[in-house]
Amino acid sequence: MRERRSNGLSEPSADKHQSEASPPSLLFENGSPGRSGFYWPVESEKGQTTIPKTFLREDIPGFPELGELEVLRHFTRLSQRNFAIETQFYPLGSCTMKYNPKVNEVVARLPGFAQIHPLAPVEFLQGAIKLLYELERVLIEISGMDFISLQPSAGAQGELTGLMLIRACLTEKGNPRTKIIVPDTAHGTNPASSTLCGYDVVQVSSTARGMIDAATIAKEMDEEVAAIMITNPNTLGLFEKDIEAIAAVVHAKGGLVYLDGANLNALMGVAKPGHMGVDVLHMNLHKTFSTPHGGGGPGAGPVAVKESLSEYLPVPRIVKQDDKFKLLEDCPQSIGRVRSFFGNFGILVRAYTYIISLGGEGLVESSRMALLNANYIRKNLEKAYQIAYGEPCMHECIFTDRLQHKYGVSTLDIAKRLLDYGFHPPTIYFPLVVSGALMIEPTETETPETLDAFVEAMHSIAQEAKENPDIVKTAPHSTPVRRLDEARAARKPILRWDPAQVGVE
Amino acid sequence: MLRAIGIDSIEELYRHIPETLRNRAKIDLPEGLTELAVRRRLAELASTNATASDWSLFLGGGIYHHFIPSAVDAIISRSEFSTSYTPYQPEVSQGTLQALFEYQTLICQLTGMEISNAGVYDGASAAAEAVLMSRRIQPTNRRRVLMSRALHPHYRAVVATYLRNLDDVQLEEVSFDGNGATDMAELTRRLDDQSMCVIVGYPNFFGIIEDLAPIQTACAKHGAQLVTVTPEPLALGLLKPPGPWGADIAVGEGQSLGVPMTLGGPGFGFFACQKKFVRSMPGRLVGETVDTEGHRGFVLTLATREQHIRREKATSNICTSQTLCTLASTVFMSLLGKSGIRRLAEVNVSRAHHARDRLLSETRLESCFSGPFFNEFVVRARNLESLLHRCAAARIAPGVALGQWYPELDDCLLVCVTEMNEREEIERLVGAIGR
Repeated sequence: MRERRSNGLSEPSADKHQSEASPPSLLFENGSPGRSGFYWPVESEKGQTTIPKTFLREDIPGFPELGELEVLRHFTRLSQRNFAIETQFYPLGSCTMKYNPKVNEVVARLPGFAQIHPLAPVEFLQGAIKLLYELERVLIEISGMDFISLQPSAGAQGELTGLMLIRACLTEKGNPRTKIIVPDTAHGTNPASSTLCGYDVVQVSSTARGMIDAATIAKEMDEEVAAIMITNPNTLGLFEKDIEAIAAVVHAKGGLVYLDGANLNALMGVAKPGHMGVDVLHMNLHKTFSTPHGGGGPGAGPVAVKESLSEYLPVPRIVKQDDKFKLLEDCPQSIGRVRSFFGNFGILVRAYTYIISLGGEGLVESSRMALLNANYIRKNLEKAYQIAYGEPCMHECIFTDRLQHKYGVSTLDIAKRLLDYGFHPPTIYFPLVVSGALMIEPTETETPETLDAFVEAMHSIAQEAKENPDIVKTAPHSTPVRRLDEARAARKPILRWDPAQVGVE
Repeated sequence: MLRAIGIDSIEELYRHIPETLRNRAKIDLPEGLTELAVRRRLAELASTNATASDWSLFLGGGIYHHFIPSAVDAIISRSEFSTSYTPYQPEVSQGTLQALFEYQTLICQLTGMEISNAGVYDGASAAAEAVLMSRRIQPTNRRRVLMSRALHPHYRAVVATYLRNLDDVQLEEVSFDGNGATDMAELTRRLDDQSMCVIVGYPNFFGIIEDLAPIQTACAKHGAQLVTVTPEPLALGLLKPPGPWGADIAVGEGQSLGVPMTLGGPGFGFFACQKKFVRSMPGRLVGETVDTEGHRGFVLTLATREQHIRREKATSNICTSQTLCTLASTVFMSLLGKSGIRRLAEVNVSRAHHARDRLLSETRLESCFSGPFFNEFVVRARNLESLLHRCAAARIAPGVALGQWYPELDDCLLVCVTEMNEREEIERLVGAIGR
């Protein structure tokens, strides 16, 4: 390095932290006029253009002018500022951050899946449609339901679709009704989807044991309730033991039961939603079936139903006739289309690949190991952190920051301090019914050594909270940026690069 | 581990689950397979599909076959991006957050709009979310939605599905004219002071570039919002974008910007609007801020619009932003840049116009619409069924038959030509169709 300095290069910083902390510039702050990472010659033969000049734009102001290497270096450097499953343990509760097998990625990129057009004649897409048909069959077997649509793009769209099916069914019976019962432990998407479907939300409280009981539902249940949305296991990681009784109460008054399948990873081989009195279920393939979360999508949220609701499923429906696969668009009772084409096909290919790789027994073993890992963490942390509920947990466990309060240390501080130990924090402050919740879902794909290292880090933080709370309260110390001013971001939002840096009022 | 937990078998962890459920829970599926067996099985399924390499595809209609530089997949395959989650912990998600901030900026630049969210599911749900957003903005006495019939049929269907349970909204369709554009006379006649918004494709489903100026003027006169829907955003590399035309909300499908066709999904919906509407927007938004040491950083912001905070009062139930697909488009747009995106758009215009000239002069196909187009156009055939058969025999998909959505166009074909269709391929198409 010394020789090179004579060439005019500045001396490298002695402080590693400082050099990492220098934030990367934005795409728009680099480059040079005329530069591009794309080459294409001007066309020699031009057709007679039909486009009037007044319809054309000037150059796009501010658009990047970068070379290919510049672009690659920029995004590679950005990637290094992320935690991810393949770099860190990521025990984000309710998100099921299990390993995403590489074979899924390889097959999804086969030209026969990636380079096919959805409007090609269906007789030339038979392999793709067959895959969808088979995925439908295996998801039906896993869930114990009767029919399914793979169309919804994500869990929340699955919820909306499922509620529309319920509404369509009740409307046909004469009254769509006005209310949906949602427990206080539910994901926020449940009430949001209910509103979008034109329903009012009735929130019910869970018991001191963290579950909903049939008696509470019986009190709320009347002829205006269209459905109850239940998550099982619920977001506290607890199995809703009363679910069959609750379903009976709801059915007795002519309502339907919706199951949020976000936590299906706990249930495979343990219990099938279709046996619990559930009428409609959505599954998150990006959780239980290992498709990558992608930093926030794309996912897939198929919705499965009992036979009585099958006529309302979205189009297109896939049918098999004499070994040929066909698409049905003309289904008079269907709620219609919920998205373009065939849903997130590339994600469906990955989920199918995962399922046939593991097979029936492998899936069952996944759930068993997910439960084992969660209970192992629960047991090992129960002395250092307060357990939210005493019941045995399923695939995730919830702690609180109660024991750390007296040192002025909160759940947010614990989460941020975990980053210094090289772990992604659990889901925090959710579910809302638990004050200062830390929701830990280790999944089945972690080794005992990783779990032990995480437990040890959590113990260290509990110790630090007592002895040196400041180091926890000011964490993180080793990340690319320190705690960010979220209030400032919301007060005067800057939502795009703009040389004038004018925020939204 | 069992000993640490204080149990003898994993089954003890299930004891609290009713036996009636446990006893029937067996999953009756075949045994697992080796990776080799899995790859062979999937390769077999893949082999029966008509791929862009084995076939000549002249198919558009919302999904486009474009060249994707190798660098795009190299970046999105990085597991730091692909195996991370929604960036709830910004200190260790700056990579995703900054990329999304850059994505939002690129979409603003491309559409000429003031702000963009981080992405939604697809073009169809983006159109539906735009209508729902207009419903939040407009007063309750404005509930008529005027939707162009020249908007993508799937998008129209999804808008109808999203609105089916909202009794206050009246969804109406406006016909198209002989140019293949939204019928201006009819639109003007039907706009009134109860109109909430007008939705048009830009370019529309027939590939026609709608003249947004009179549409915007008519909307403004009656206080209706203008929503543009762009299924082929490469067109905006060349065309005057929705922003300067005066659109209130500009949405579309982003697949054509660096995402493989993949049977139509996943792609992503882009969603941009004027900044005064920011608090009515659906979806994730990334904003710039500083950390405790004053360094620039990025966070998810304005979450008080969203379901995890507002629950039933949220602007939408959406919580994904199709991030890996928007990242692909961010890398794609960065590589092409200012000159590349224009060049690629010009190549599309040039090839598509060349192909149409050849088809009209060398075959008996007739032009259907007279409006200006980008990379798709509609032609009328004398015997469409036999034409499709002849082409299929030559492994050519000559276009999308329109009869399934438009009975009056049951002899018409929507032909798409991109930079992927070489001139020889266009000649093969001309030859297969014949005279």
